[in-house]
Amino acid sequence: MNHLLEVQDLEVKFALRMGDLTAINGVSFTLDRSERLGLVGESGAGKSVTGFAIINLISKPGYISGGRVIFEGRDLTKLTDEGMRHIRGNLISMIFQDPMMTLNPVLTIGTQMVETLQAHGGIPRKDAEEIALDKLRKVHIPSPEKRLRQYPHEFSGGMRQRIVIAIALLTDPALVIADEPTTALDVTIQAEIMDLLLELCESEGTGLILITHDLAVVSQVTQKIAVMYAGKIVETGRTEDIIDNPLHPYTRGLIHALPNGRNPGTRLYQIPGMMPSLINIPPGCSFHPRCTISGDICRYESPSLREIPGYRTMAACHMLGLQKEQTEKDTAS
Amino acid sequence: MKQWKRFKESYFLYSFKHDRVAITSFVVLLILILISIFAPLIAPYNTYDTSSIDIMDAEIPPSWMEEGNPDFILGTDIQGRDLLSTMLFGMRLSVMIGCGAVFLQAIIGIFIGLISGYMGGRVDSFLMRIADVQLSFSTLMVAIMISAIFQVAFGVGRYEELAVPLLVLIIGLAEWPQYARTVRASVLGEKNKEYVEAARVIGLSSRRIRWRHILPNTMSPVLVISTIQVANAVMSEAALSFLGLGMPVTKPSLGSLINSGFEYIFSGSWWITLFPGILLVVFVLVINLLGDWLRDVLNPKLYKG
Repeated sequence: MNHLLEVQDLEVKFALRMGDLTAINGVSFTLDRSERLGLVGESGAGKSVTGFAIINLISKPGYISGGRVIFEGRDLTKLTDEGMRHIRGNLISMIFQDPMMTLNPVLTIGTQMVETLQAHGGIPRKDAEEIALDKLRKVHIPSPEKRLRQYPHEFSGGMRQRIVIAIALLTDPALVIADEPTTALDVTIQAEIMDLLLELCESEGTGLILITHDLAVVSQVTQKIAVMYAGKIVETGRTEDIIDNPLHPYTRGLIHALPNGRNPGTRLYQIPGMMPSLINIPPGCSFHPRCTISGDICRYESPSLREIPGYRTMAACHMLGLQKEQTEKDTAS
Repeated sequence: MKQWKRFKESYFLYSFKHDRVAITSFVVLLILILISIFAPLIAPYNTYDTSSIDIMDAEIPPSWMEEGNPDFILGTDIQGRDLLSTMLFGMRLSVMIGCGAVFLQAIIGIFIGLISGYMGGRVDSFLMRIADVQLSFSTLMVAIMISAIFQVAFGVGRYEELAVPLLVLIIGLAEWPQYARTVRASVLGEKNKEYVEAARVIGLSSRRIRWRHILPNTMSPVLVISTIQVANAVMSEAALSFLGLGMPVTKPSLGSLINSGFEYIFSGSWWITLFPGILLVVFVLVINLLGDWLRDVLNPKLYKG
């Protein structure tokens, strides 16, 4: 019970005209204090929706239809709007993909930072500015006193994302949810931002949920990984275990698809097929039409997460452990 | 000081300096506004002072004509008032009523538009239908109704002193849907942007998000319609006064001046209508030209044909 965050059987649905559409289907995971978790998956797997569900900000027509999100002993799905506002930005904050869009173009960043602080407890303006300056220094913004009076368009993309990180860390939250924080930036800046985020989370003891499709990023930053596919977690475990020894055929496909530079000139690997549309998720295991090792059972019975004998990770696959020899052959090919 | 420097280097000023129409309109507008503010100092006569008016001076043509009197440069109206002075005081009233009415429109319209666009759903439909109903009444009908109610409530005698706030109220109430619609449309565009989502994630209240984050981002179209609405309000006021629903003859605005001269136009006194008419046209025209320029500057995506 001492987890910082415990997500239990979270279920999110979108009410559409043709009926409800399940975007998140029974997702569970836990996160301890100052622990870092990577949520990995293709576009549309439900990573971002999970992130928004944690802070109870699913926009209409979506709603949380089941499960619990327990943060520091409180169930966030049951809190009132007012109670939730004290948690958002205060105890849990979020970093978005595109720093161009998340800063208000007509307010100086100083105003936006002070405002965040003042929204959570009546800090006098002077003190709030001091805290803002301190955080800007921590994210390595040069001459922060001057920068505080500038507008978002006067910053470069990487600097803007650093400011967004500074805003997210203003109130010393216990948990930061970073939704693809580096996707909109170029590769050199990406590394810089990830290093900064990692450094700050470590020094402040902040928990981090890193939502990304980039396994390379996750492998450097997080301690745990949860791989999502079509609204479910298909594999979860410690980062090094999953990267070194992926079990679920989907995870294996993802890792296999990374360019490794070993044989230049050859085509990159691609998982055959596409993520199913949420409107018609195939019966049984939702991955079976794309799976290389699927059997009869996969077509009608949905697998649940279970420990795979001989490994430390959990995976949702019927075929694992049954045909160990064959799966190893697949990895080799 | 820093703001001034920023302004000096801005695209706004650059584009202004390179647009002759904008400069000319701005200068003309500035002159017109200055002379209407300082009308009591500039005007040769105080037309509100009834003791200085001599009915024997009535209908004197402009000074350059044969029967003209050099004391009255643009001639006099039918009550013997100096036409130039009357026009200056009249424009003062027109500008006051125009700005006041636009201010009222903006307050009502921005408030309703913001709520309507942000809330969406039933609140939105309800408020926008009210706006539609309001727009389907013409300004004239609103004016007739409100003046009727007003005269019952306060008596005809006090009409003269309360005519200015009354006209502000009438034009303000009749035209607020313009603002409401414009603001609502921009709010709909802004509210789904990520910075609004981010503000919500930070934990700001929705009222604060509306007023502090969304509203400033919808200000450029509001600025543009404000200029055009001032011109429209001045026109509406002139139209109402022309029909006898506006300013009384003792305190004429440009519209009532045109109206009072209109009855005498066929007896040869054309100047009473013509000069206030020209002044009104020039005033409305420069505001509209400035508004056009402002729209082009604030919305660079707009194709300028």
